[in-house]
Amino acid sequence: MGKYTERLYNGIIKENPTFVLVLGMCPTLAVTTSAINGVGMGLSTTAVLVMSNMLISMLRKIIPDSVRMPAFIVVVASFVTIVQFLLQGFVPSLYDSLGLYIPLIVVNCIILGRAESYASKNPVGLSIFDGIGMGLGFTLALTLIGMVREIIGAGQIFGFQILGDWYTPITIFVLAPGALFVLGFMTAIQNAIANKKGKPRKDTFGECGAGCASCGNASCKGRFLTTEATTEKKEEN
Amino acid sequence: MKELLIIAIGSAMVNNVVLSQFLGLCPFIGVSKKVDTAAGMGGAVCFVITIASLCTGLIYKFILTPLHFEYLQTIVFILVIAALVQFIEMFLKKMIPSLYRALGVYLPLITTNCAVLGVALTNVQKEYDILQGVVNGLATAIGFLIAIVIMAGIREKTEYNDIPKAFEGSAIVLVTAGLMAIAFFGFSGLI
Repeated sequence: MGKYTERLYNGIIKENPTFVLVLGMCPTLAVTTSAINGVGMGLSTTAVLVMSNMLISMLRKIIPDSVRMPAFIVVVASFVTIVQFLLQGFVPSLYDSLGLYIPLIVVNCIILGRAESYASKNPVGLSIFDGIGMGLGFTLALTLIGMVREIIGAGQIFGFQILGDWYTPITIFVLAPGALFVLGFMTAIQNAIANKKGKPRKDTFGECGAGCASCGNASCKGRFLTTEATTEKKEEN
Repeated sequence: MKELLIIAIGSAMVNNVVLSQFLGLCPFIGVSKKVDTAAGMGGAVCFVITIASLCTGLIYKFILTPLHFEYLQTIVFILVIAALVQFIEMFLKKMIPSLYRALGVYLPLITTNCAVLGVALTNVQKEYDILQGVVNGLATAIGFLIAIVIMAGIREKTEYNDIPKAFEGSAIVLVTAGLMAIAFFGFSGLI
Protein backbone atom coordinates (compact mmCIF):
# COMPACT_ATOMS: atom_id res chain seq x y z
CA MET A 1 0.00 0.00 0.00
CA GLY A 2 1.37 3.40 -0.95
CA LYS A 3 2.07 6.04 1.65
CA TYR A 4 -0.88 8.12 0.51
CA THR A 5 -3.48 5.39 0.36
CA GLU A 6 -2.22 4.22 3.74
CA ARG A 7 -3.13 7.66 5.15
CA LEU A 8 -6.65 7.36 3.74
CA TYR A 9 -7.10 3.85 5.15
CA ASN A 10 -5.73 5.00 8.49
CA GLY A 11 -8.21 7.87 8.74
CA ILE A 12 -11.28 6.04 7.51
CA ILE A 13 -10.87 2.65 9.21
CA LYS A 14 -7.89 2.14 11.45
CA GLU A 15 -8.00 5.36 13.43
CA ASN A 16 -11.53 6.45 12.64
CA PRO A 17 -11.87 9.71 14.59
CA THR A 18 -15.37 8.96 15.86
CA PHE A 19 -15.39 5.23 16.53
CA VAL A 20 -11.74 4.55 17.38
CA LEU A 21 -10.25 7.80 18.69
CA VAL A 22 -13.62 9.04 20.04
CA LEU A 23 -12.98 12.69 19.22
CA GLY A 24 -15.25 15.56 18.27
CA MET A 25 -18.35 14.13 19.90
CA CYS A 26 -20.28 17.41 20.23
CA PRO A 27 -21.03 17.83 16.50
CA THR A 28 -21.38 14.06 16.15
CA LEU A 29 -24.35 14.04 18.48
CA ALA A 30 -25.81 17.44 17.72
CA VAL A 31 -26.14 17.47 13.95
CA THR A 32 -26.89 13.84 13.15
CA THR A 33 -30.66 14.27 13.23
CA SER A 34 -30.68 13.14 9.62
CA ALA A 35 -28.23 11.51 7.24
CA ILE A 36 -28.00 14.59 5.04
CA ASN A 37 -27.03 16.82 7.97
CA GLY A 38 -24.37 14.27 8.90
CA VAL A 39 -22.94 14.39 5.37
CA GLY A 40 -23.00 18.20 5.35
CA MET A 41 -21.26 18.54 8.69
CA GLY A 42 -18.75 15.83 7.80
CA LEU A 43 -17.82 17.44 4.50
CA SER A 44 -17.55 20.93 6.03
CA THR A 45 -15.22 19.55 8.69
CA THR A 46 -13.26 17.68 6.00
CA ALA A 47 -12.79 20.90 4.03
CA VAL A 48 -11.49 22.73 7.09
CA LEU A 49 -9.31 19.80 8.08
CA VAL A 50 -7.67 19.43 4.66
CA MET A 51 -6.98 23.14 4.29
CA SER A 52 -5.70 23.63 7.82
CA ASN A 53 -3.51 20.51 7.60
CA MET A 54 -2.08 21.84 4.35
CA LEU A 55 -1.33 25.33 5.66
CA ILE A 56 0.02 24.16 9.00
CA SER A 57 2.24 21.63 7.27
CA MET A 58 3.57 24.38 4.99
CA LEU A 59 4.24 26.65 7.94
CA ARG A 60 5.57 23.94 10.23
CA LYS A 61 9.16 25.17 10.07
CA ILE A 62 8.20 28.83 10.49
CA ILE A 63 5.83 28.69 13.46
CA PRO A 64 7.85 28.85 16.71
CA ASP A 65 7.12 25.95 19.02
CA SER A 66 6.04 28.11 21.96
CA VAL A 67 3.19 29.84 20.11
CA ARG A 68 2.09 26.95 17.93
CA MET A 69 -1.28 26.43 19.65
CA PRO A 70 -2.55 30.01 19.17
CA ALA A 71 -1.16 29.93 15.63
CA PHE A 72 -3.02 26.69 14.84
CA ILE A 73 -6.22 28.10 16.31
CA VAL A 74 -5.98 31.21 14.12
CA VAL A 75 -5.40 29.09 11.01
CA VAL A 76 -8.32 26.79 11.81
CA ALA A 77 -10.64 29.66 12.75
CA SER A 78 -9.87 31.46 9.47
CA PHE A 79 -10.77 28.42 7.40
CA VAL A 80 -13.91 27.84 9.45
CA THR A 81 -14.98 31.41 8.73
CA ILE A 82 -14.40 30.85 5.00
CA VAL A 83 -16.39 27.60 5.01
CA GLN A 84 -19.16 29.30 6.95
CA PHE A 85 -19.47 32.00 4.29
CA LEU A 86 -19.38 29.46 1.47
CA LEU A 87 -22.18 27.46 3.08
CA GLN A 88 -24.22 30.57 3.78
CA GLY A 89 -23.80 31.67 0.18
CA PHE A 90 -24.28 28.43 -1.72
CA VAL A 91 -26.18 25.96 0.51
CA PRO A 92 -28.31 28.19 2.76
CA SER A 93 -30.62 25.32 3.76
CA LEU A 94 -27.71 23.33 5.18
CA TYR A 95 -26.35 26.50 6.78
CA ASP A 96 -29.64 26.98 8.61
CA SER A 97 -29.92 23.42 9.83
CA LEU A 98 -26.31 23.22 11.07
CA GLY A 99 -26.47 26.71 12.58
CA LEU A 100 -24.24 27.26 15.59
CA TYR A 101 -22.27 24.07 14.96
CA ILE A 102 -20.49 25.48 11.91
CA PRO A 103 -18.43 28.09 13.82
CA LEU A 104 -17.95 25.46 16.52
CA ILE A 105 -15.88 23.39 14.07
CA VAL A 106 -13.04 25.54 15.45
CA VAL A 107 -13.08 23.69 18.75
CA ASN A 108 -13.49 20.27 17.18
CA CYS A 109 -10.77 18.14 18.76
CA ILE A 110 -10.10 16.27 15.51
CA ILE A 111 -8.80 19.32 13.68
CA LEU A 112 -6.44 20.63 16.33
CA GLY A 113 -5.47 17.08 17.19
CA ARG A 114 -4.39 16.33 13.60
CA ALA A 115 -2.64 19.71 13.34
CA GLU A 116 -0.70 19.05 16.50
CA SER A 117 0.08 15.39 16.03
CA TYR A 118 0.43 15.03 12.26
CA ALA A 119 0.49 18.14 10.09
CA SER A 120 3.03 19.98 12.22
CA LYS A 121 5.52 17.14 11.77
CA ASN A 122 4.94 15.79 8.27
CA PRO A 123 5.31 16.97 4.65
CA VAL A 124 2.51 18.79 2.85
CA GLY A 125 1.33 15.97 0.54
CA LEU A 126 0.97 13.42 3.31
CA SER A 127 -0.74 15.96 5.58
CA ILE A 128 -3.34 16.71 2.93
CA PHE A 129 -4.09 13.01 2.53
CA ASP A 130 -4.20 12.61 6.29
CA GLY A 131 -6.79 15.40 6.36
CA ILE A 132 -8.83 13.75 3.60
CA GLY A 133 -8.70 10.36 5.33
CA MET A 134 -9.64 11.65 8.76
CA GLY A 135 -12.33 13.91 7.28
CA LEU A 136 -13.90 11.06 5.30
CA GLY A 137 -13.75 8.82 8.36
CA PHE A 138 -15.62 11.50 10.31
CA THR A 139 -18.12 12.01 7.47
CA LEU A 140 -18.75 8.28 7.24
CA ALA A 141 -19.35 8.00 10.98
CA LEU A 142 -21.71 10.99 11.03
CA THR A 143 -23.64 9.68 8.03
CA LEU A 144 -23.98 6.26 9.65
CA ILE A 145 -25.27 7.69 12.94
CA GLY A 146 -27.54 10.06 11.01
CA MET A 147 -28.96 7.17 8.98
CA VAL A 148 -29.68 5.07 12.06
CA ARG A 149 -31.41 7.98 13.77
CA GLU A 150 -33.34 8.96 10.67
CA ILE A 151 -34.64 5.49 9.93
CA ILE A 152 -35.75 4.81 13.51
CA GLY A 153 -36.97 8.34 14.18
CA ALA A 154 -38.68 9.12 10.88
CA GLY A 155 -38.64 5.94 8.78
CA GLN A 156 -36.60 7.73 6.12
CA ILE A 157 -33.07 7.76 4.75
CA PHE A 158 -31.78 10.94 3.09
CA GLY A 159 -35.38 12.17 3.14
CA PHE A 160 -36.77 9.20 1.17
CA GLN A 161 -39.50 7.19 2.86
CA ILE A 162 -38.09 3.71 3.38
CA LEU A 163 -40.42 2.14 5.89
CA GLY A 164 -44.10 1.98 4.97
CA ASP A 165 -47.20 3.18 6.75
CA TRP A 166 -47.11 0.26 9.18
CA TYR A 167 -44.14 1.84 10.91
CA THR A 168 -44.82 4.38 13.64
CA PRO A 169 -41.68 6.55 13.86
CA ILE A 170 -40.10 6.76 17.30
CA THR A 171 -39.71 10.52 17.18
CA ILE A 172 -37.46 10.66 20.20
CA PHE A 173 -34.59 9.31 18.09
CA VAL A 174 -34.39 12.49 16.04
CA LEU A 175 -34.50 14.54 19.23
CA ALA A 176 -31.62 15.08 21.63
CA PRO A 177 -31.96 11.91 23.78
CA GLY A 178 -31.93 9.70 20.69
CA ALA A 179 -28.41 10.82 19.85
CA LEU A 180 -27.16 9.73 23.25
CA PHE A 181 -28.98 6.38 23.02
CA VAL A 182 -27.69 5.58 19.54
CA LEU A 183 -24.11 6.46 20.44
CA GLY A 184 -24.36 4.56 23.73
CA PHE A 185 -25.57 1.43 21.95
CA MET A 186 -22.98 1.76 19.17
CA THR A 187 -20.24 1.97 21.81
CA ALA A 188 -21.69 -1.07 23.54
CA ILE A 189 -21.77 -3.03 20.25
CA GLN A 190 -18.13 -2.17 19.60
CA ASN A 191 -17.26 -3.23 23.16
CA ALA A 192 -19.11 -6.51 22.71
CA ILE A 193 -17.28 -7.29 19.45
CA ALA A 194 -13.92 -6.40 20.99
CA ASN A 195 -14.65 -8.51 24.07
CA LYS A 196 -15.55 -11.47 21.90
CA LYS A 197 -12.27 -11.15 20.05
CA GLY A 198 -10.55 -11.17 23.42
CA LYS A 199 -9.12 -7.70 22.93
CA PRO A 200 -11.07 -5.38 25.24
CA ARG A 201 -11.44 -1.91 23.84
CA LYS A 202 -9.76 0.92 25.67
CA ASP A 203 -12.38 3.41 26.71
CA THR A 204 -11.03 6.78 25.71
CA PHE A 205 -14.19 8.83 25.63
CA GLY A 206 -13.81 12.07 27.56
CA GLU A 207 -10.40 11.00 28.73
CA CYS A 208 -8.82 14.42 28.46
CA GLY A 209 -11.86 15.98 30.04
CA ALA A 210 -12.03 18.96 27.71
CA GLY A 211 -11.20 20.34 24.30
CA CYS A 212 -7.86 19.24 22.94
CA ALA A 213 -6.81 22.78 22.19
CA SER A 214 -6.69 23.51 25.84
CA CYS A 215 -4.37 20.75 26.88
CA GLY A 216 -1.81 21.11 24.10
CA ASN A 217 0.09 18.25 25.65
CA ALA A 218 -1.17 16.04 28.48
CA SER A 219 -3.22 12.96 27.83
CA CYS A 220 -4.72 13.35 24.38
CA LYS A 221 -1.41 14.34 22.84
CA GLY A 222 0.05 11.19 24.30
CA ARG A 223 -2.77 9.27 22.72
CA PHE A 224 -1.98 10.68 19.32
CA LEU A 225 1.76 10.43 19.66
CA THR A 226 1.68 6.74 20.36
CA THR A 227 0.32 6.20 16.87
CA GLU A 228 2.51 5.56 13.90
CA ALA A 229 2.63 9.24 12.95
CA THR A 230 5.64 9.74 15.17
CA THR A 231 7.44 6.57 14.22
CA GLU A 232 7.15 7.58 10.60
CA LYS A 233 8.65 10.92 11.43
CA LYS A 234 11.59 9.27 13.16
CA GLU A 235 12.28 7.10 10.17
CA GLU A 236 12.33 10.09 7.90
CA ASN A 237 14.93 11.80 10.00
CA MET B 1 -36.54 41.74 34.39
CA LYS B 2 -39.15 39.26 33.20
CA GLU B 3 -37.27 38.91 29.96
CA LEU B 4 -34.02 38.14 31.81
CA LEU B 5 -35.78 35.49 33.88
CA ILE B 6 -37.10 33.84 30.72
CA ILE B 7 -33.60 33.83 29.20
CA ALA B 8 -32.19 32.36 32.40
CA ILE B 9 -34.72 29.54 32.73
CA GLY B 10 -34.55 28.85 29.02
CA SER B 11 -30.78 28.44 29.00
CA ALA B 12 -30.41 26.61 32.29
CA MET B 13 -33.27 24.15 32.05
CA VAL B 14 -35.17 23.99 28.78
CA ASN B 15 -32.23 24.17 26.37
CA ASN B 16 -29.75 22.60 28.74
CA VAL B 17 -26.30 23.09 27.30
CA VAL B 18 -25.19 19.46 27.64
CA LEU B 19 -28.37 17.48 27.34
CA SER B 20 -30.05 19.28 24.48
CA GLN B 21 -27.27 21.18 22.72
CA PHE B 22 -24.42 18.70 23.29
CA LEU B 23 -21.87 21.39 24.08
CA GLY B 24 -19.23 20.57 26.66
CA LEU B 25 -19.91 16.88 26.36
CA CYS B 26 -16.28 15.80 26.89
CA PRO B 27 -15.94 17.22 30.42
CA PHE B 28 -19.48 16.04 31.12
CA ILE B 29 -18.39 12.44 30.52
CA GLY B 30 -14.74 12.84 31.54
CA VAL B 31 -15.04 14.62 34.89
CA SER B 32 -18.28 13.15 36.22
CA LYS B 33 -16.96 10.20 38.19
CA LYS B 34 -17.25 11.86 41.62
CA VAL B 35 -19.71 14.47 42.86
CA ASP B 36 -17.12 16.84 44.34
CA THR B 37 -14.85 16.96 41.28
CA ALA B 38 -17.96 17.39 39.14
CA ALA B 39 -19.07 20.31 41.30
CA GLY B 40 -15.57 21.84 41.06
CA MET B 41 -15.62 21.57 37.30
CA GLY B 42 -19.13 23.04 37.19
CA GLY B 43 -18.05 25.94 39.40
CA ALA B 44 -15.05 26.70 37.23
CA VAL B 45 -17.23 26.59 34.11
CA CYS B 46 -19.70 29.07 35.70
CA PHE B 47 -16.85 31.41 36.50
CA VAL B 48 -15.25 31.28 33.06
CA ILE B 49 -18.43 31.39 30.96
CA THR B 50 -19.84 34.39 32.86
CA ILE B 51 -16.64 36.42 32.48
CA ALA B 52 -16.15 35.26 28.89
CA SER B 53 -19.67 36.28 27.86
CA LEU B 54 -19.09 39.72 29.40
CA CYS B 55 -15.76 40.18 27.60
CA THR B 56 -16.87 38.87 24.23
CA GLY B 57 -20.06 40.96 24.50
CA LEU B 58 -18.04 44.12 25.14
CA ILE B 59 -15.58 43.35 22.36
CA TYR B 60 -18.35 42.62 19.87
CA LYS B 61 -20.25 45.78 20.70
CA PHE B 62 -17.42 48.27 21.05
CA ILE B 63 -14.70 46.96 18.75
CA LEU B 64 -16.07 44.62 16.08
CA THR B 65 -19.37 46.37 15.33
CA PRO B 66 -18.02 49.93 14.92
CA LEU B 67 -15.22 48.64 12.67
CA HIS B 68 -17.60 46.36 10.68
CA PHE B 69 -15.44 43.35 11.48
CA GLU B 70 -18.38 41.19 12.60
CA TYR B 71 -17.29 38.39 10.30
CA LEU B 72 -14.12 37.94 12.34
CA GLN B 73 -16.14 36.98 15.42
CA THR B 74 -15.17 33.30 15.48
CA ILE B 75 -11.44 34.04 15.32
CA VAL B 76 -11.58 36.91 17.79
CA PHE B 77 -13.77 35.08 20.31
CA ILE B 78 -11.68 31.94 20.44
CA LEU B 79 -8.48 33.92 20.98
CA VAL B 80 -10.10 36.14 23.60
CA ILE B 81 -11.39 33.11 25.46
CA ALA B 82 -8.02 31.36 25.37
CA ALA B 83 -6.23 34.47 26.64
CA LEU B 84 -8.92 35.14 29.22
CA VAL B 85 -8.66 31.72 30.82
CA GLN B 86 -4.90 32.13 31.14
CA PHE B 87 -5.44 35.54 32.67
CA ILE B 88 -8.09 34.33 35.13
CA GLU B 89 -5.77 31.55 36.21
CA MET B 90 -2.88 33.95 36.90
CA PHE B 91 -5.18 36.44 38.62
CA LEU B 92 -6.72 33.84 40.93
CA LYS B 93 -3.34 32.36 41.78
CA LYS B 94 -2.06 35.75 42.87
CA MET B 95 -5.13 37.41 44.39
CA ILE B 96 -7.53 34.74 45.67
CA PRO B 97 -5.44 31.64 46.41
CA SER B 98 -8.30 29.88 48.21
CA LEU B 99 -10.54 30.04 45.14
CA TYR B 100 -7.58 29.04 42.99
CA ARG B 101 -7.07 25.93 45.09
CA ALA B 102 -10.72 24.99 44.63
CA LEU B 103 -11.02 25.67 40.88
CA GLY B 104 -7.41 25.90 39.66
CA VAL B 105 -6.98 22.40 38.32
CA TYR B 106 -10.12 22.68 36.21
CA LEU B 107 -9.32 26.02 34.60
CA PRO B 108 -6.85 24.85 31.92
CA LEU B 109 -9.39 22.18 30.94
CA ILE B 110 -11.94 24.78 29.98
CA THR B 111 -9.99 27.01 27.59
CA THR B 112 -11.72 25.87 24.48
CA ASN B 113 -14.51 23.84 25.94
CA CYS B 114 -17.02 24.29 23.17
CA ALA B 115 -19.67 25.52 25.61
CA VAL B 116 -17.73 28.75 26.22
CA LEU B 117 -17.42 29.60 22.53
CA GLY B 118 -20.96 28.33 22.00
CA VAL B 119 -22.40 30.80 24.51
CA ALA B 120 -20.41 33.71 23.07
CA LEU B 121 -21.70 32.92 19.57
CA THR B 122 -25.29 32.36 20.73
CA ASN B 123 -25.27 35.78 22.41
CA VAL B 124 -24.36 37.37 19.09
CA GLN B 125 -26.79 35.26 17.05
CA LYS B 126 -29.73 36.04 19.30
CA GLU B 127 -28.72 39.71 19.44
CA TYR B 128 -28.61 39.86 23.22
CA ASP B 129 -27.31 43.07 24.80
CA ILE B 130 -24.46 42.85 27.29
CA LEU B 131 -26.59 42.25 30.39
CA GLN B 132 -28.74 39.64 28.65
CA GLY B 133 -25.57 38.01 27.36
CA VAL B 134 -24.08 37.73 30.83
CA VAL B 135 -27.32 36.35 32.24
CA ASN B 136 -27.49 33.85 29.38
CA GLY B 137 -23.87 32.84 30.06
CA LEU B 138 -24.37 32.36 33.77
CA ALA B 139 -27.62 30.44 33.27
CA THR B 140 -26.06 28.17 30.65
CA ALA B 141 -23.20 27.43 33.03
CA ILE B 142 -25.61 26.70 35.87
CA GLY B 143 -27.37 24.28 33.55
CA PHE B 144 -24.02 22.58 32.98
CA LEU B 145 -23.38 22.49 36.74
CA ILE B 146 -26.79 20.90 37.41
CA ALA B 147 -26.35 18.30 34.67
CA ILE B 148 -22.80 17.28 35.62
CA VAL B 149 -23.58 17.03 39.36
CA ILE B 150 -26.68 14.88 38.76
CA MET B 151 -24.66 12.71 36.37
CA ALA B 152 -21.86 12.29 38.93
CA GLY B 153 -24.41 11.31 41.58
CA ILE B 154 -25.89 8.65 39.29
CA ARG B 155 -22.45 7.36 38.30
CA GLU B 156 -21.42 6.97 41.93
CA LYS B 157 -24.40 4.64 42.31
CA THR B 158 -24.03 2.72 39.04
CA GLU B 159 -20.42 1.99 40.00
CA TYR B 160 -21.76 -0.78 42.25
CA ASN B 161 -24.45 -2.01 39.89
CA ASP B 162 -24.25 -5.15 37.85
CA ILE B 163 -24.38 -3.87 34.29
CA PRO B 164 -23.79 -5.89 31.10
CA LYS B 165 -20.11 -6.11 30.29
CA ALA B 166 -20.45 -4.43 26.92
CA PHE B 167 -22.07 -1.40 28.52
CA GLU B 168 -19.31 -0.75 31.02
CA GLY B 169 -17.56 2.58 30.72
CA SER B 170 -18.87 5.34 28.51
CA ALA B 171 -21.72 3.31 26.95
CA ILE B 172 -23.80 3.24 30.14
CA VAL B 173 -22.96 6.89 30.78
CA LEU B 174 -24.34 7.83 27.36
CA VAL B 175 -27.53 5.86 27.89
CA THR B 176 -27.94 7.47 31.33
CA ALA B 177 -27.42 10.89 29.77
CA GLY B 178 -30.12 10.02 27.23
CA LEU B 179 -32.58 9.24 30.03
CA MET B 180 -31.64 12.50 31.74
CA ALA B 181 -32.24 14.34 28.49
CA ILE B 182 -35.76 12.87 28.36
CA ALA B 183 -36.32 14.02 31.95
CA PHE B 184 -35.19 17.53 31.02
CA PHE B 185 -37.84 17.60 28.29
CA GLY B 186 -40.23 18.03 31.18
CA PHE B 187 -39.01 21.59 31.60
CA SER B 188 -40.01 22.58 28.09
CA GLY B 189 -43.47 23.58 29.31
CA LEU B 190 -41.94 26.25 31.56
CA ILE B 191 -41.50 28.95 28.94
